[in-house]
Amino acid sequence: MSECWPGDWRTNRRELLQSALLAATTPWLCGCGESPPSLKGEMLSPSFDLGHRIRDGFRPPTPEGTPKEVDVLIVGGGIAGLSAGWRLKRAGMENFRILEMEHVAGGTSRSDRSDLTAYPWGAHYVPFPNEQNRALLQLLEEMGAVSQRPDGRWGAAESVACRTPQERLFAGGRWGEGLFPAHLATQEDARQWERFEAEINRWIDWRDAEGRPAFTIPVDRCSPAAEVTRLDALTMAEWLNRIGVTSNLIHWYVDYCCRDDYGLNVDQTSAWAGIFYFASRKTKSTEEELPILTWPAGNGAIVDFLSALLAPQLETGQAVFHLRPGETRTTVAVFDLQTQTAKEFSAKQVIFAAPQFMALFLIPTLSEERRAATREFQYGSWVVANLHLSGRPPESDYPLSWDNVLFESLSLGYVVATHQLGSDFGPTVWTWYYPLCDEIPAEARKKLLNSTWEDWTALVLKDLDAAHPDLRKYLTKIDVMRWGHAMVQPRPGFVTGEARMQARQPFGSIHFAGTDLSGLALMEEAFYHGLRAAEEVLAAIGTEFRSMIAT
Amino acid sequence: MNRAPLFLLYLNVLAVATCGLIYELLAGTLASYLLGDSVTQFSLVIGIYLSALGVGAWLSKFVERKLARCFIEVELGVALLGGTSAPFLFLAFGAIDWFQVLLYGLVFLIGTLVGLELPLLMRILKDHVDFNDLVSRVLTFDYIGALLASILFPTLLVPQLGLIRTSLIFGILNALVGLWGTFLLRPLLTDRELGGLRGRATLVIGLLAAAFIKADDLTSYAEESQLSASIIHAESSPYQRILITQNKTGFQLFLNGHLQFNSFDEYRYHEALVHPAMAAPTPRRNVLVLGGGDGLAVREILRYPEVEQITLVDLDPKMTSLAKRFPPLAELSDHSLDDPRVTVINQDAFIWIDQQSNKFDTVIVDFPDPGTFSVGKLYSTFFYRKLQQRLTDDARITIQCTSPLVAPQSYWCILRTLEAAGFHVQPYHAAVPTFGIWGYAFATRVPADPPTEMDPEIVSQCRFLNSEIMQGLFEAPGDIQTVDAEVNQLNNQILVQYYEREWSRWE
Repeated sequence: MSECWPGDWRTNRRELLQSALLAATTPWLCGCGESPPSLKGEMLSPSFDLGHRIRDGFRPPTPEGTPKEVDVLIVGGGIAGLSAGWRLKRAGMENFRILEMEHVAGGTSRSDRSDLTAYPWGAHYVPFPNEQNRALLQLLEEMGAVSQRPDGRWGAAESVACRTPQERLFAGGRWGEGLFPAHLATQEDARQWERFEAEINRWIDWRDAEGRPAFTIPVDRCSPAAEVTRLDALTMAEWLNRIGVTSNLIHWYVDYCCRDDYGLNVDQTSAWAGIFYFASRKTKSTEEELPILTWPAGNGAIVDFLSALLAPQLETGQAVFHLRPGETRTTVAVFDLQTQTAKEFSAKQVIFAAPQFMALFLIPTLSEERRAATREFQYGSWVVANLHLSGRPPESDYPLSWDNVLFESLSLGYVVATHQLGSDFGPTVWTWYYPLCDEIPAEARKKLLNSTWEDWTALVLKDLDAAHPDLRKYLTKIDVMRWGHAMVQPRPGFVTGEARMQARQPFGSIHFAGTDLSGLALMEEAFYHGLRAAEEVLAAIGTEFRSMIAT
Repeated sequence: MNRAPLFLLYLNVLAVATCGLIYELLAGTLASYLLGDSVTQFSLVIGIYLSALGVGAWLSKFVERKLARCFIEVELGVALLGGTSAPFLFLAFGAIDWFQVLLYGLVFLIGTLVGLELPLLMRILKDHVDFNDLVSRVLTFDYIGALLASILFPTLLVPQLGLIRTSLIFGILNALVGLWGTFLLRPLLTDRELGGLRGRATLVIGLLAAAFIKADDLTSYAEESQLSASIIHAESSPYQRILITQNKTGFQLFLNGHLQFNSFDEYRYHEALVHPAMAAPTPRRNVLVLGGGDGLAVREILRYPEVEQITLVDLDPKMTSLAKRFPPLAELSDHSLDDPRVTVINQDAFIWIDQQSNKFDTVIVDFPDPGTFSVGKLYSTFFYRKLQQRLTDDARITIQCTSPLVAPQSYWCILRTLEAAGFHVQPYHAAVPTFGIWGYAFATRVPADPPTEMDPEIVSQCRFLNSEIMQGLFEAPGDIQTVDAEVNQLNNQILVQYYEREWSRWE
């Protein structure tokens, strides 16, 4: 890191962010990160304006005509809503709609495409599901991403399993393989690392009296035993210290992992969620590492697949602004962003697959008890930048990988969109991630709203400067996306708390989906809740079906 | 001053002239080596150097006092600049973008300082010697020095010492001459000047000597070892560094420092690579060559008159254009890439294969060894499966597979990977003196026997193969037996690990 980068990430991270956002052009940048005048790009946001208008009681024109009757209406076209649609379609239903406010489906899994390649705007991989997650394997098989081998075991398609070299870390002035800065580790660090691994392995192999694992996907199948849920009272940092892991390097590494999956620092993340990250993927500690599944578009590839499959049902640019549950049917008022007109649907059942906080504004009759529960959901903000490059900056050491992380940076580094295409030369797109880990999420959102494209471009260039001093020469465009409510935050107490369980109870004929109901923002959890809500609907309508999610 | 020191001063002129020309030759050679295009580089270096001599001579008139001291200072300056020039330029080449500015600037600076030397010396001596005699002797020794340098440089210095050591040694020599000058010109120097000059001379000598001791590290850094053979072409592309060297046996192509072939025995490698695929029961008409941008595999394919189309896919346009335009290589390849039946495509084969729809009846796979992930991906089940979709049912392919003796696990990993991708595979090998025993694979979509007969027409054009030798290639000797190896997949690239481990034992 160059001398203008704050040396101690522990004490300086908030200061840095503040100065980065509020005073990006002032001397803290040391004059070396000024935004170059010729660089172009766009500042993008999911419909901030409309979201805020709905929050503030937006009243569009009176709906025209009689309400359109459908069996099921799905509010939200992210992974949860699309998965719900996938489940309904598998049960033979056709008379349903998925309404998405944005002009494209996908939520935080959405992606974009240039002449060169598709690239993600958010979630960009799925760890290979374990054999118990049959429903997800089924979806991935339909996509051609996994297949069952003659011996019955599941394997990843070679085009989708992340290509080697997978991960590298820039530390001590050079790139090395993997994400742990092993070459900086002392013997004590190594000893503590073994301790950390042993503790994680203990949790992987742990089973309760009924044989349930402590951590697995979906969260619903994790053991409710006190020995496990107790961990939710601690922060991950506290837990590390308790097991005798005080090493700065390991704390950095775990902090990186927490920020990567939850957008929270190691001292903000619940220990339950922190251990979940390391222990939920494997069923046995002796199991081989499973591959990561990824696509140039990131999880946008899943969105594209489901969107094509659900094309007759999916409508984008449709902002639901009012849900009114009645005796037998729910009336849903929708504002069409294209035609700027309002219309209504009348649905037997509704799946609410938007973030839970939106229920506060869209369902006025929601009980006060439910509202209190929903208010406990906290969401972190993210910035994602896509860097379009005319070529690869020359470098030595470990080669450009899929995931490229910078030691002690506040960003999460970048993933390379063209990696999975097998491209090793020439133009590419890098997707850079930055979680805002402020103590009070609303403050982060305020700063985010006031920040400019220039602020973020300067920060991106500064962040990558030590590793890629001549990056600027290859940059043709930087687009920046501000995500205000990117991820639900698993702070201590939330995953095992009452609020989360309350928020998923159906309200009349409205059923709730969304990854936030797990307390963790994971594709697998969004998928699971989509299926769960869809099966609640199938049961309510009286359709015969075999559950895809029952154990 | 008496006669003896005067004669020694002429020796001084000789040394100065030799050193000066050596620095010029070093700069020219280095520029040709690093930047390629030796005609341009030598012209520019000579031109800049000569004009700088003139600038130095002109500047000398501004030195009015303390001629002796100034002369020795200049000599020490030349010693330091010239002595460090080669190592400095080698190191700078990798580190900066404005290398040419630095190179020509340095040549100009050295030239200017050398240009100052003779006028100063002549002015020092003019009061002690008859002017006619002075001019004649100084210039005579100057030109003898130049002759000495131009003979020593190519015959002794570069082959024996290399560029970096030559540079440092002549720097030291130059500084010694400067130190010696403080003795010869003692009467013209004050005591204070004398101490300062001798101190500085010792410092320069020490510095250059230290660098000389460290020269091994510098040399390996600069890949200069390859200069033991003379470099006849060098260029860098965005993909690799291309270097062609020449020695008595022939010329050699290096890509990123790895030897690709030696013109002396490449026919053995290429005949063994190509003919087992081409000598098939049915005529081969549509041939794909992957890698092989040197055009040598294509030369072998073109021996078959029934071939209608050859598609060559090589990453680097500089490599394929070198094969067409660089005379020794164009001749060695019989101008194969200029044949109308040949289509050259410069693209990463991994990307290209995904964009194809036509089918080939023969494929010659001649990629570099799998030493990096970006090459290792071209030896994966994924790539081989894609390749299989581009083949006719009776297609035959041959693949270069590194050495089965040096890197047995790498070799068998490639064969296992081909099998995992659905090919029927036969191992074979050939002796290539430059490489040792080299390994190949013969692969088909349906079970097929390797060829046993070669067309006499073709044999008559081959230097190595005939029907018996071809059969012999497929016989497995005792020391090339199957070893266990995993299948190389994109998400493990196990082959690159095998390869690194096995070849590192030989370095």
